[in-house]
Amino acid sequence: MIEVERLTKSYGPLTAIRDVSFSVAPGEIVGFLGPNGAGKSTTMRILACFMPASSGTVRIAGYDVFRESLKVRKRIGYLPENVPLYVDLRVAPYLDFVAEVKGVGRAERRRRVAEAMERCLITDVQHRLIGRLSKGYRQRVGLAQAIIGDPEVLILDEPTLGLDPKQITEIRSLIKSLAGRHTVILSTHILPEVSMVCSGVVIINQGSIVAQGPIDTLVDQFFPTARLEVEIAGPPAAVHDGMRAIPGVVAVEGLGVTDGVGRFVVESARGRDVRGEIFALAAQQRWSLLELKRVGTTLEEVFIRIVAGEQAADEARP
Amino acid sequence: MRVWPIFKKEMRLYFTSPIAYVVVAIFALIAGYFFYSIFAFFTLASMQSMMNPAMARELNVTDSVVRPLFSNISVILLLLIPLVTMRLFAEERRSGTIELLLTYPVRDGAVLAGKYLAALVLYALMLALTLLYPGIVVAFARLEWGPVATGYLGLLLMGGTFIAVGLFASALTENQIVASITTFGILLMLWIIGWSADYAGGAWGKVLQHLSILEHNDNFAKGVLDTKDVVYYLNFIALALFLTLRALEARRWKG
Repeated sequence: MIEVERLTKSYGPLTAIRDVSFSVAPGEIVGFLGPNGAGKSTTMRILACFMPASSGTVRIAGYDVFRESLKVRKRIGYLPENVPLYVDLRVAPYLDFVAEVKGVGRAERRRRVAEAMERCLITDVQHRLIGRLSKGYRQRVGLAQAIIGDPEVLILDEPTLGLDPKQITEIRSLIKSLAGRHTVILSTHILPEVSMVCSGVVIINQGSIVAQGPIDTLVDQFFPTARLEVEIAGPPAAVHDGMRAIPGVVAVEGLGVTDGVGRFVVESARGRDVRGEIFALAAQQRWSLLELKRVGTTLEEVFIRIVAGEQAADEARP
Repeated sequence: MRVWPIFKKEMRLYFTSPIAYVVVAIFALIAGYFFYSIFAFFTLASMQSMMNPAMARELNVTDSVVRPLFSNISVILLLLIPLVTMRLFAEERRSGTIELLLTYPVRDGAVLAGKYLAALVLYALMLALTLLYPGIVVAFARLEWGPVATGYLGLLLMGGTFIAVGLFASALTENQIVASITTFGILLMLWIIGWSADYAGGAWGKVLQHLSILEHNDNFAKGVLDTKDVVYYLNFIALALFLTLRALEARRWKG
Protein backbone atom coordinates (compact mmCIF):
# COMPACT_ATOMS: atom_id res chain seq x y z
CA MET A 1 0.00 0.00 0.00
CA ILE A 2 2.88 2.31 0.84
CA GLU A 3 6.13 1.87 -1.04
CA VAL A 4 9.04 4.12 -0.20
CA GLU A 5 12.14 3.85 -2.30
CA ARG A 6 15.51 5.48 -1.71
CA LEU A 7 13.95 8.60 -0.28
CA THR A 8 16.34 11.47 0.46
CA LYS A 9 15.52 14.95 1.69
CA SER A 10 18.01 17.68 2.38
CA TYR A 11 17.44 21.16 3.69
CA GLY A 12 20.34 23.06 2.19
CA PRO A 13 23.53 21.42 3.43
CA LEU A 14 21.66 19.40 6.07
CA THR A 15 20.44 15.96 5.08
CA ALA A 16 17.36 15.02 7.10
CA ILE A 17 16.84 11.56 5.67
CA ARG A 18 19.05 9.49 3.40
CA ASP A 19 18.11 6.55 1.17
CA VAL A 20 15.06 5.57 3.17
CA SER A 21 13.24 2.53 1.77
CA PHE A 22 10.42 0.51 3.30
CA SER A 23 6.98 -0.74 2.45
CA VAL A 24 3.71 -1.27 4.27
CA ALA A 25 1.19 -3.94 3.28
CA PRO A 26 -2.57 -3.16 3.07
CA GLY A 27 -4.37 -3.29 6.43
CA GLU A 28 -1.15 -3.28 8.41
CA ILE A 29 -0.30 -0.93 11.29
CA VAL A 30 3.35 -0.03 11.15
CA GLY A 31 5.24 1.89 13.80
CA PHE A 32 7.84 4.33 12.62
CA LEU A 33 10.40 4.59 15.40
CA GLY A 34 13.38 6.71 16.06
CA PRO A 35 14.94 9.04 18.58
CA ASN A 36 13.95 12.71 18.36
CA GLY A 37 15.34 14.38 15.27
CA ALA A 38 15.89 11.11 13.42
CA GLY A 39 13.83 12.21 10.42
CA LYS A 40 10.42 10.74 11.32
CA SER A 41 8.42 13.91 10.71
CA THR A 42 10.28 14.70 7.52
CA THR A 43 9.39 11.27 6.13
CA MET A 44 5.76 11.62 7.22
CA ARG A 45 5.50 15.04 5.59
CA ILE A 46 6.77 13.66 2.31
CA LEU A 47 4.32 10.74 2.51
CA ALA A 48 1.48 13.19 3.14
CA CYS A 49 2.42 15.25 0.06
CA PHE A 50 3.20 18.32 2.17
CA MET A 51 6.66 18.67 0.73
CA PRO A 52 8.56 16.98 -2.07
CA ALA A 53 11.62 14.80 -1.53
CA SER A 54 15.03 15.74 -2.87
CA SER A 55 15.24 12.35 -4.53
CA GLY A 56 13.61 8.94 -4.39
CA THR A 57 9.98 7.92 -4.85
CA VAL A 58 6.96 7.22 -2.70
CA ARG A 59 3.94 5.38 -4.05
CA ILE A 60 0.74 5.24 -2.06
CA ALA A 61 -2.06 3.01 -3.33
CA GLY A 62 -0.09 2.84 -6.55
CA TYR A 63 0.14 6.62 -7.11
CA ASP A 64 3.28 8.68 -6.99
CA VAL A 65 3.11 11.32 -4.21
CA PHE A 66 4.89 13.89 -6.32
CA ARG A 67 3.40 13.44 -9.79
CA GLU A 68 -0.09 12.29 -8.78
CA SER A 69 -0.31 14.27 -5.57
CA LEU A 70 -4.07 14.95 -5.75
CA LYS A 71 -4.90 11.28 -6.26
CA VAL A 72 -2.74 10.37 -3.28
CA ARG A 73 -4.20 13.12 -1.12
CA LYS A 74 -7.68 11.77 -1.82
CA ARG A 75 -6.62 8.45 -0.31
CA ILE A 76 -4.80 9.55 2.83
CA GLY A 77 -5.71 10.96 6.21
CA TYR A 78 -2.91 12.88 7.88
CA LEU A 79 -2.37 13.93 11.46
CA PRO A 80 0.68 16.20 11.72
CA GLU A 81 2.77 16.46 14.86
CA ASN A 82 1.33 18.89 17.45
CA VAL A 83 -2.14 18.60 15.84
CA PRO A 84 -2.64 21.96 14.12
CA LEU A 85 -6.35 22.87 14.19
CA TYR A 86 -8.38 26.03 13.71
CA VAL A 87 -8.82 27.14 17.31
CA ASP A 88 -11.57 29.60 16.38
CA LEU A 89 -13.89 27.00 14.86
CA ARG A 90 -16.29 24.68 16.63
CA VAL A 91 -15.71 20.94 16.39
CA ALA A 92 -18.69 19.92 14.22
CA PRO A 93 -18.41 22.76 11.65
CA TYR A 94 -14.66 22.13 11.45
CA LEU A 95 -15.15 18.45 10.67
CA ASP A 96 -17.87 19.38 8.20
CA PHE A 97 -15.36 21.65 6.44
CA VAL A 98 -12.79 18.83 6.34
CA ALA A 99 -15.36 16.40 4.92
CA GLU A 100 -16.38 18.91 2.26
CA VAL A 101 -12.80 19.66 1.29
CA LYS A 102 -12.17 15.93 1.02
CA GLY A 103 -15.05 15.74 -1.44
CA VAL A 104 -17.72 14.07 0.69
CA GLY A 105 -21.07 14.96 -0.87
CA ARG A 106 -23.60 17.14 0.92
CA ALA A 107 -26.04 14.27 1.46
CA GLU A 108 -23.48 12.05 3.12
CA ARG A 109 -21.58 14.68 5.04
CA ARG A 110 -23.70 14.90 8.17
CA ARG A 111 -23.62 11.12 8.58
CA ARG A 112 -19.86 10.88 7.97
CA VAL A 113 -19.09 13.66 10.43
CA ALA A 114 -21.31 12.08 13.09
CA GLU A 115 -19.65 8.71 12.50
CA ALA A 116 -16.13 10.13 12.79
CA MET A 117 -17.07 11.95 16.00
CA GLU A 118 -18.53 8.77 17.41
CA ARG A 119 -15.48 6.69 16.57
CA CYS A 120 -13.20 9.24 18.20
CA LEU A 121 -15.51 9.79 21.21
CA ILE A 122 -15.92 13.52 20.68
CA THR A 123 -19.66 13.70 20.09
CA ASP A 124 -20.13 15.36 23.49
CA VAL A 125 -17.84 18.31 22.60
CA GLN A 126 -19.11 18.88 19.05
CA HIS A 127 -20.45 22.38 19.84
CA ARG A 128 -17.34 23.59 21.67
CA LEU A 129 -14.64 25.84 20.23
CA ILE A 130 -11.57 23.77 19.37
CA GLY A 131 -9.35 26.30 21.14
CA ARG A 132 -11.15 25.61 24.42
CA LEU A 133 -10.68 21.84 24.31
CA SER A 134 -8.16 19.93 26.41
CA LYS A 135 -5.11 18.44 24.72
CA GLY A 136 -6.63 14.96 24.74
CA TYR A 137 -9.81 16.10 23.02
CA ARG A 138 -7.86 18.11 20.47
CA GLN A 139 -5.82 15.04 19.65
CA ARG A 140 -9.05 13.12 19.06
CA VAL A 141 -10.45 15.91 16.88
CA GLY A 142 -7.20 15.64 14.92
CA LEU A 143 -7.73 11.91 14.52
CA ALA A 144 -11.34 12.48 13.53
CA GLN A 145 -10.31 14.86 10.74
CA ALA A 146 -7.82 12.24 9.53
CA ILE A 147 -10.30 9.36 9.38
CA ILE A 148 -13.14 11.38 7.90
CA GLY A 149 -13.93 10.29 4.35
CA ASP A 150 -12.57 6.81 5.13
CA PRO A 151 -9.12 7.15 3.53
CA GLU A 152 -7.25 3.96 2.70
CA VAL A 153 -4.06 5.14 4.36
CA LEU A 154 -3.59 6.98 7.65
CA ILE A 155 -0.38 8.84 8.40
CA LEU A 156 -0.21 9.70 12.10
CA ASP A 157 2.73 11.68 13.44
CA GLU A 158 3.11 11.20 17.21
CA PRO A 159 -0.60 10.67 17.87
CA THR A 160 -0.16 10.25 21.64
CA LEU A 161 2.28 13.09 22.27
CA GLY A 162 1.47 15.08 25.40
CA LEU A 163 -1.47 13.01 26.59
CA ASP A 164 -2.04 11.63 30.08
CA PRO A 165 -1.86 7.85 30.60
CA LYS A 166 -5.62 7.38 30.45
CA GLN A 167 -5.91 9.33 27.21
CA ILE A 168 -2.97 7.44 25.76
CA THR A 169 -4.76 4.16 26.40
CA GLU A 170 -7.92 5.51 24.76
CA ILE A 171 -6.11 6.77 21.66
CA ARG A 172 -4.22 3.48 21.38
CA SER A 173 -7.35 1.39 21.43
CA LEU A 174 -8.84 3.78 18.88
CA ILE A 175 -5.85 3.32 16.59
CA LYS A 176 -5.95 -0.43 17.11
CA SER A 177 -9.57 -0.42 15.99
CA LEU A 178 -8.46 1.18 12.71
CA ALA A 179 -6.47 -1.91 11.67
CA GLY A 180 -7.84 -3.83 8.73
CA ARG A 181 -10.05 -0.96 7.66
CA HIS A 182 -7.12 1.37 7.05
CA THR A 183 -3.42 0.96 6.46
CA VAL A 184 -1.72 2.94 9.20
CA ILE A 185 1.77 4.29 9.61
CA LEU A 186 2.34 5.99 12.94
CA SER A 187 5.47 7.56 14.30
CA THR A 188 6.34 7.63 17.94
CA HIS A 189 9.22 7.46 20.31
CA ILE A 190 7.21 5.66 22.98
CA LEU A 191 8.17 2.05 22.46
CA PRO A 192 5.62 0.10 24.52
CA GLU A 193 3.06 1.83 22.33
CA VAL A 194 4.40 0.16 19.23
CA SER A 195 4.52 -3.33 20.71
CA MET A 196 0.90 -2.90 21.78
CA VAL A 197 -0.50 -1.42 18.60
CA CYS A 198 1.67 -2.27 15.63
CA SER A 199 2.29 -5.42 13.68
CA GLY A 200 5.57 -4.24 12.22
CA VAL A 201 8.16 -1.57 12.84
CA VAL A 202 10.56 0.55 10.87
CA ILE A 203 13.39 2.00 12.93
CA ILE A 204 15.12 5.12 11.71
CA ASN A 205 18.20 6.69 13.23
CA GLN A 206 20.09 9.77 12.06
CA GLY A 207 18.18 9.82 8.81
CA SER A 208 18.66 6.21 7.77
CA ILE A 209 16.63 3.05 8.25
CA VAL A 210 18.48 0.76 10.63
CA ALA A 211 15.98 -2.09 11.04
CA GLN A 212 12.54 -3.09 9.83
CA GLY A 213 10.17 -6.02 9.97
CA PRO A 214 7.68 -7.70 12.29
CA ILE A 215 8.51 -7.14 15.97
CA ASP A 216 9.16 -10.85 16.70
CA THR A 217 11.61 -11.15 13.83
CA LEU A 218 13.50 -8.10 15.06
CA VAL A 219 13.69 -9.50 18.57
CA ASP A 220 15.08 -12.80 17.22
CA GLN A 221 17.47 -10.93 15.02
CA PHE A 222 18.95 -8.70 17.70
CA PHE A 223 18.55 -11.03 20.69
CA PRO A 224 19.33 -14.51 19.38
CA THR A 225 19.23 -15.94 22.91
CA ALA A 226 16.41 -16.60 25.39
CA ARG A 227 16.97 -15.40 28.92
CA LEU A 228 16.11 -16.79 32.34
CA GLU A 229 16.32 -15.08 35.67
CA VAL A 230 17.45 -17.49 38.37
CA GLU A 231 17.75 -17.11 42.15
CA ILE A 232 19.61 -19.87 43.93
CA ALA A 233 20.87 -20.09 47.53
CA GLY A 234 24.27 -21.73 47.23
CA PRO A 235 27.96 -20.96 46.73
CA PRO A 236 27.90 -18.39 43.91
CA ALA A 237 30.96 -19.55 42.05
CA ALA A 238 29.86 -23.18 42.02
CA VAL A 239 26.32 -22.24 40.98
CA HIS A 240 27.67 -20.09 38.16
CA ASP A 241 29.97 -22.78 36.79
CA GLY A 242 27.36 -25.49 37.24
CA MET A 243 24.82 -23.63 35.15
CA ARG A 244 27.41 -22.61 32.54
CA ALA A 245 28.20 -26.31 32.05
CA ILE A 246 24.62 -27.15 31.04
CA PRO A 247 24.57 -27.82 27.28
CA GLY A 248 22.86 -25.01 25.35
CA VAL A 249 23.69 -22.28 27.87
CA VAL A 250 25.55 -19.48 26.13
CA ALA A 251 26.28 -17.17 29.03
CA VAL A 252 25.64 -16.80 32.75
CA GLU A 253 25.79 -13.41 34.34
CA GLY A 254 25.84 -12.89 38.10
CA LEU A 255 23.68 -10.02 39.34
CA GLY A 256 25.02 -10.11 42.90
CA VAL A 257 24.56 -11.99 46.14
CA THR A 258 22.30 -10.99 49.02
CA ASP A 259 22.09 -13.06 52.24
CA GLY A 260 23.68 -16.03 50.50
CA VAL A 261 21.17 -15.94 47.64
CA GLY A 262 22.73 -15.38 44.24
CA ARG A 263 20.85 -13.83 41.31
CA PHE A 264 21.80 -14.81 37.78
CA VAL A 265 20.74 -14.23 34.22
CA VAL A 266 21.15 -17.33 32.11
CA GLU A 267 21.20 -16.98 28.34
CA SER A 268 20.53 -19.99 26.18
CA ALA A 269 20.04 -20.58 22.50
CA ARG A 270 16.51 -19.72 21.44
CA GLY A 271 14.19 -22.73 21.41
CA ARG A 272 16.35 -24.56 23.93
CA ASP A 273 14.59 -24.71 27.31
CA VAL A 274 17.13 -25.27 30.10
CA ARG A 275 14.80 -24.74 33.08
CA GLY A 276 14.49 -28.46 33.81
CA GLU A 277 18.25 -28.87 33.83
CA ILE A 278 18.75 -25.96 36.19
CA PHE A 279 16.18 -27.47 38.54
CA ALA A 280 17.89 -30.86 38.36
CA LEU A 281 21.26 -29.26 39.02
CA ALA A 282 19.96 -27.43 42.11
CA ALA A 283 18.25 -30.58 43.43
CA GLN A 284 21.36 -32.69 42.91
CA GLN A 285 23.62 -30.16 44.70
CA ARG A 286 21.01 -29.55 47.45
CA TRP A 287 20.88 -25.81 46.68
CA SER A 288 17.48 -24.21 47.14
CA LEU A 289 16.06 -22.91 43.90
CA LEU A 290 14.11 -19.80 44.93
CA GLU A 291 13.15 -18.34 41.58
CA LEU A 292 13.26 -19.39 37.95
CA LYS A 293 11.54 -17.28 35.34
CA ARG A 294 11.69 -16.48 31.68
CA VAL A 295 12.50 -12.90 30.73
CA GLY A 296 10.81 -11.61 27.59
CA THR A 297 12.75 -9.29 25.34
CA THR A 298 10.95 -6.00 24.77
CA LEU A 299 11.09 -3.85 21.73
CA GLU A 300 12.64 -1.24 23.97
CA GLU A 301 15.74 -3.38 24.44
CA VAL A 302 15.92 -4.05 20.73
CA PHE A 303 15.63 -0.36 20.01
CA ILE A 304 18.27 0.62 22.51
CA ARG A 305 20.62 -2.07 21.23
CA ILE A 306 20.17 -0.88 17.63
CA VAL A 307 20.38 2.84 18.27
CA ALA A 308 23.15 2.57 20.87
CA GLY A 309 25.04 0.19 18.59
CA GLU A 310 24.83 2.74 15.79
CA GLN A 311 26.15 5.45 18.07
CA ALA A 312 28.97 3.28 19.34
CA ALA A 313 29.92 2.47 15.77
CA ASP A 314 29.84 6.18 14.98
CA GLU A 315 32.11 7.02 17.87
CA ALA A 316 34.53 4.26 16.96
CA ARG A 317 34.91 5.80 13.53
CA PRO A 318 37.92 8.17 13.34
CA MET B 1 -11.88 23.03 -7.95
CA ARG B 2 -13.13 23.00 -4.37
CA VAL B 3 -13.20 26.74 -3.80
CA TRP B 4 -16.51 26.83 -1.97
CA PRO B 5 -15.54 24.94 1.23
CA ILE B 6 -12.40 27.06 1.62
CA PHE B 7 -14.44 30.21 1.09
CA LYS B 8 -16.99 29.13 3.71
CA LYS B 9 -14.27 28.27 6.20
CA GLU B 10 -12.59 31.68 5.77
CA MET B 11 -15.89 33.52 6.17
CA ARG B 12 -16.61 31.51 9.30
CA LEU B 13 -13.18 32.36 10.69
CA TYR B 14 -13.68 36.06 9.92
CA PHE B 15 -16.92 36.13 11.82
CA THR B 16 -16.03 33.88 14.77
CA SER B 17 -13.00 36.01 15.56
CA PRO B 18 -13.49 39.71 16.30
CA ILE B 19 -11.45 40.85 13.26
CA ALA B 20 -14.32 41.26 10.81
CA TYR B 21 -16.53 43.11 13.29
CA VAL B 22 -13.78 45.50 14.37
CA VAL B 23 -12.62 46.27 10.84
CA VAL B 24 -16.17 46.82 9.55
CA ALA B 25 -17.11 48.96 12.55
CA ILE B 26 -14.01 51.16 12.35
CA PHE B 27 -14.48 51.50 8.59
CA ALA B 28 -18.13 52.51 9.00
CA LEU B 29 -17.22 54.99 11.73
CA ILE B 30 -14.48 56.76 9.76
CA ALA B 31 -16.33 56.66 6.43
CA GLY B 32 -19.42 58.03 8.21
CA TYR B 33 -17.42 60.85 9.72
CA PHE B 34 -15.93 61.76 6.33
CA PHE B 35 -19.36 61.70 4.74
CA TYR B 36 -20.79 63.87 7.48
CA SER B 37 -18.08 66.52 7.20
CA ILE B 38 -18.12 66.56 3.39
CA PHE B 39 -21.90 66.76 3.27
CA ALA B 40 -22.06 69.42 5.99
CA PHE B 41 -19.53 71.51 4.09
CA PHE B 42 -21.56 71.08 0.90
CA THR B 43 -24.72 72.24 2.70
CA LEU B 44 -22.91 75.32 3.97
CA ALA B 45 -21.55 76.06 0.50
CA SER B 46 -24.98 75.71 -1.10
CA MET B 47 -26.48 78.07 1.46
CA GLN B 48 -23.83 80.66 0.76
CA SER B 49 -24.31 80.23 -2.97
CA MET B 50 -27.92 81.33 -2.61
CA MET B 51 -26.55 84.86 -2.11
CA ASN B 52 -24.05 84.41 -4.93
CA PRO B 53 -25.55 82.84 -8.09
CA ALA B 54 -22.16 82.78 -9.84
CA MET B 55 -20.88 80.39 -7.22
CA ALA B 56 -23.93 78.17 -7.54
CA ARG B 57 -22.98 77.25 -11.08
CA GLU B 58 -19.75 75.68 -9.80
CA LEU B 59 -21.57 73.56 -7.29
CA ASN B 60 -22.70 70.01 -8.09
CA VAL B 61 -23.15 66.92 -5.95
CA THR B 62 -20.92 64.65 -7.99
CA ASP B 63 -17.88 66.90 -7.77
CA SER B 64 -18.36 68.18 -4.25
CA VAL B 65 -19.68 65.13 -2.44
CA VAL B 66 -19.27 61.88 -4.36
CA ARG B 67 -15.71 62.36 -5.59
CA PRO B 68 -14.17 63.54 -2.30
CA LEU B 69 -16.05 60.83 -0.44
CA PHE B 70 -14.74 58.06 -2.68
CA SER B 71 -11.21 59.39 -2.54
CA ASN B 72 -11.39 59.53 1.28
CA ILE B 73 -12.73 55.99 1.40
CA SER B 74 -9.77 54.79 -0.64
CA VAL B 75 -7.43 56.23 2.01
CA ILE B 76 -9.25 54.29 4.72
CA LEU B 77 -8.92 51.16 2.60
CA LEU B 78 -5.19 51.66 2.32
CA LEU B 79 -5.04 51.37 6.11
CA LEU B 80 -7.68 48.71 6.71
CA ILE B 81 -7.27 46.17 3.90
CA PRO B 82 -3.85 45.02 5.16
CA LEU B 83 -5.59 44.11 8.42
CA VAL B 84 -8.23 42.10 6.58
CA THR B 85 -5.71 40.08 4.57
CA MET B 86 -2.78 39.68 6.99
CA ARG B 87 -4.31 36.61 8.64
CA LEU B 88 -5.08 34.59 5.54
CA PHE B 89 -1.84 32.66 5.03
CA ALA B 90 0.41 33.93 7.84
CA GLU B 91 -1.85 32.58 10.59
CA GLU B 92 -2.17 29.18 8.89
CA ARG B 93 1.59 29.00 8.73
CA ARG B 94 2.16 30.09 12.31
CA SER B 95 -0.35 27.63 13.75
CA GLY B 96 0.70 24.87 11.35
CA THR B 97 -2.80 24.38 9.95
CA ILE B 98 -1.36 25.01 6.48
CA GLU B 99 0.22 21.56 6.72
CA LEU B 100 -3.25 20.03 6.85
CA LEU B 101 -4.80 22.44 4.38
CA LEU B 102 -2.19 21.74 1.72
CA THR B 103 -2.45 17.98 2.17
CA TYR B 104 -6.20 17.88 1.60
CA PRO B 105 -7.20 16.97 -1.97
CA VAL B 106 -7.51 20.58 -3.16
CA ARG B 107 -5.25 22.46 -5.52
CA ASP B 108 -3.24 25.39 -4.17
CA GLY B 109 -5.15 27.53 -6.67
CA ALA B 110 -8.48 26.60 -5.11
CA VAL B 111 -7.16 27.45 -1.62
CA LEU B 112 -5.98 30.81 -2.94
CA ALA B 113 -9.24 31.52 -4.76
CA GLY B 114 -11.32 30.64 -1.68
CA LYS B 115 -9.29 32.96 0.51
CA TYR B 116 -9.31 35.77 -2.05
CA LEU B 117 -13.06 35.57 -2.51
CA ALA B 118 -13.68 35.53 1.25
CA ALA B 119 -11.68 38.74 1.72
CA LEU B 120 -13.37 40.27 -1.32
CA VAL B 121 -16.85 39.47 -0.01
CA LEU B 122 -16.02 40.90 3.41
CA TYR B 123 -14.79 44.04 1.65
CA ALA B 124 -17.93 44.20 -0.50
CA LEU B 125 -19.97 44.05 2.72
CA MET B 126 -18.01 47.03 4.03
CA LEU B 127 -18.70 48.94 0.83
CA ALA B 128 -22.37 48.01 0.94
CA LEU B 129 -22.66 49.87 4.25
CA THR B 130 -21.64 53.08 2.50
CA LEU B 131 -24.58 52.82 0.07
CA LEU B 132 -26.43 54.60 2.83
CA TYR B 133 -24.63 57.86 1.98
CA PRO B 134 -25.84 58.27 -1.63
CA GLY B 135 -29.23 57.31 -0.19
CA ILE B 136 -29.07 60.28 2.18
CA VAL B 137 -27.79 62.62 -0.52
CA VAL B 138 -30.57 61.71 -2.90
CA ALA B 139 -33.13 62.71 -0.27
CA PHE B 140 -31.86 66.30 -0.35
CA ALA B 141 -30.30 66.87 -3.75
CA ARG B 142 -30.37 65.65 -7.32
CA LEU B 143 -27.79 62.92 -7.68
CA GLU B 144 -26.31 61.59 -10.90
CA TRP B 145 -26.27 57.81 -10.45
CA GLY B 146 -23.77 57.18 -13.24
CA PRO B 147 -20.67 58.44 -11.40
CA VAL B 148 -21.87 56.76 -8.21
CA ALA B 149 -22.09 53.40 -9.99
CA THR B 150 -18.71 53.73 -11.71
CA GLY B 151 -17.26 55.03 -8.43
CA TYR B 152 -18.32 51.86 -6.66
CA LEU B 153 -16.97 49.73 -9.49
CA GLY B 154 -13.68 51.58 -9.14
CA LEU B 155 -13.57 51.03 -5.38
CA LEU B 156 -14.35 47.36 -5.85
CA LEU B 157 -11.54 46.95 -8.39
CA MET B 158 -9.11 48.93 -6.28
CA GLY B 159 -10.01 47.00 -3.12
CA GLY B 160 -9.64 43.77 -5.07
CA THR B 161 -6.12 44.86 -5.99
CA PHE B 162 -5.30 45.73 -2.38
CA ILE B 163 -6.54 42.31 -1.27
CA ALA B 164 -4.45 40.52 -3.88
CA VAL B 165 -1.34 42.39 -2.72
CA GLY B 166 -2.26 41.59 0.90
CA LEU B 167 -2.60 37.88 0.12
CA PHE B 168 0.81 37.90 -1.50
CA ALA B 169 2.44 39.53 1.53
CA SER B 170 0.62 37.11 3.83
CA ALA B 171 1.98 34.13 1.90
CA LEU B 172 5.54 35.35 2.42
CA THR B 173 5.66 35.26 6.21
CA GLU B 174 4.23 33.56 9.25
CA ASN B 175 4.00 36.83 11.14
CA GLN B 176 0.74 38.73 10.72
CA ILE B 177 2.26 42.09 11.67
CA VAL B 178 5.00 41.66 9.06
CA ALA B 179 2.37 40.71 6.48
CA SER B 180 0.27 43.75 7.28
CA ILE B 181 3.16 46.22 7.24
CA THR B 182 4.52 44.78 3.99
CA THR B 183 1.10 45.14 2.37
CA PHE B 184 0.76 48.68 3.61
CA GLY B 185 4.26 49.54 2.38
CA ILE B 186 3.68 48.14 -1.11
CA LEU B 187 0.32 49.88 -1.43
CA LEU B 188 1.59 53.22 -0.16
CA MET B 189 4.54 53.10 -2.56
CA LEU B 190 2.24 52.37 -5.49
CA TRP B 191 0.08 55.22 -4.32
CA ILE B 192 2.68 57.96 -3.92
CA ILE B 193 4.57 56.92 -7.02
CA GLY B 194 2.00 59.00 -8.94
CA TRP B 195 3.10 62.16 -7.15
CA SER B 196 6.56 61.98 -8.70
CA ALA B 197 4.92 61.71 -12.11
CA ASP B 198 4.26 65.46 -12.12
CA TYR B 199 7.88 66.51 -11.96
CA ALA B 200 9.41 63.45 -13.65
CA GLY B 201 7.65 64.53 -16.84
CA GLY B 202 8.04 62.98 -20.29
CA ALA B 203 7.83 59.25 -20.87
CA TRP B 204 8.89 58.43 -17.29
CA GLY B 205 6.14 60.61 -15.95
CA LYS B 206 3.61 58.74 -18.05
CA VAL B 207 4.89 55.37 -16.84
CA LEU B 208 4.82 56.43 -13.18
CA GLN B 209 1.36 57.86 -13.60
CA HIS B 210 0.14 54.65 -15.15
CA LEU B 211 1.58 52.60 -12.28
CA SER B 212 -0.09 54.65 -9.58
CA ILE B 213 -3.03 52.87 -7.97
CA LEU B 214 -4.81 56.10 -7.05
CA GLU B 215 -4.53 57.69 -10.48
CA HIS B 216 -6.72 55.01 -12.02
CA ASN B 217 -9.35 55.25 -9.37
CA ASP B 218 -9.99 58.94 -9.86
CA ASN B 219 -11.42 58.35 -13.34
CA PHE B 220 -14.08 56.03 -11.95
CA ALA B 221 -15.22 58.59 -9.38
CA LYS B 222 -15.55 61.19 -12.15
CA GLY B 223 -17.89 58.82 -13.94
CA VAL B 224 -15.38 57.93 -16.62
CA LEU B 225 -15.27 54.23 -17.39
CA ASP B 226 -12.03 53.61 -19.27
CA THR B 227 -10.99 50.06 -20.24
CA LYS B 228 -7.40 51.14 -19.58
CA ASP B 229 -8.19 51.54 -15.87
CA VAL B 230 -10.18 48.31 -15.64
CA VAL B 231 -7.40 46.40 -17.37
CA TYR B 232 -4.84 47.98 -15.04
CA TYR B 233 -6.58 46.65 -11.93
CA LEU B 234 -7.37 43.24 -13.39
CA ASN B 235 -3.75 42.86 -14.54
CA PHE B 236 -2.54 43.86 -11.14
CA ILE B 237 -4.81 41.34 -9.39
CA ALA B 238 -3.74 38.55 -11.74
CA LEU B 239 -0.05 39.34 -11.22
CA ALA B 240 -0.33 39.47 -7.41
CA LEU B 241 -2.30 36.21 -7.26
CA PHE B 242 0.17 34.53 -9.58
CA LEU B 243 3.06 35.59 -7.35
CA THR B 244 1.15 34.33 -4.31
CA LEU B 245 0.76 30.93 -5.91
CA ARG B 246 4.48 30.83 -6.64
CA ALA B 247 5.24 31.87 -3.05
CA LEU B 248 3.09 29.01 -1.75
CA GLU B 249 4.90 26.59 -4.00
CA ALA B 250 8.30 27.87 -2.91
CA ARG B 251 7.28 27.32 0.72
CA ARG B 252 6.49 23.70 -0.04
CA TRP B 253 9.97 23.13 -1.37
CA LYS B 254 11.58 24.76 1.60
CA GLY B 255 9.33 22.80 3.93
